[in-house]
Amino acid sequence: MQVASGLSAWLLQRVSAVYIAVFLLYVLISLAMFQPVDYQHWREWVSHDYRHLFIALFFIALMMHSWVGGRDVILDYIKPFALRLVLLVGLGLFLLWLLLWALRILLAVAT
Amino acid sequence: MAAIVSILHRVSGVFWILALPLLLYAFEHSLQSEQSYLELVQWIKQPAVIAVLLFWLWLLLHHFFAGIRFLLLDLDLGLSRDAARRAAWLVHLGSVSSLLIIIGMFL
Repeated sequence: MQVASGLSAWLLQRVSAVYIAVFLLYVLISLAMFQPVDYQHWREWVSHDYRHLFIALFFIALMMHSWVGGRDVILDYIKPFALRLVLLVGLGLFLLWLLLWALRILLAVAT
Repeated sequence: MAAIVSILHRVSGVFWILALPLLLYAFEHSLQSEQSYLELVQWIKQPAVIAVLLFWLWLLLHHFFAGIRFLLLDLDLGLSRDAARRAAWLVHLGSVSSLLIIIGMFL
């Protein structure tokens, strides 16, 4: 299976990590500055301009990063092939499902 | 110390993967309606919840700083045993101090 093998997995993990880090830092500073203290302001903050697109990108990066990390843990500690397969597929589906959920949330706010 | 940092890096990662559904649930609730937003805010203010959230935040910060340490190791920085040990302590220092700073920001 060529999904995230070897060098590409390593690169994927690093690149997604950088995006996540920069994004979280941005969120921290932005929230501290604008302090959305009620529902309306919070909704506006999330859907503001193209911010929700960056948030969507964040969730994509998060799922990719989690996939590489989780896969490493499974491959390192789970040796039986059948169990490995089940867990890897499970993790993949889980993260994909979470991503779709996140995008659905953002779509509801952006429209 | 370096071994503890490494294993904590993995443990915090796994923890966060497991925490993702709750994170998304809270995110969804905060945006759904005024009522669900207020309910969420009320729930978060409970001391037990705050304690758990702070623990999660510390895990995230540790994961982040340990990750940076690994990135630097990728670049062949901090490979010697002494440097690695110092970097491990810096990871702990970094995560605790940023946790305190973030708490201070939101108090």
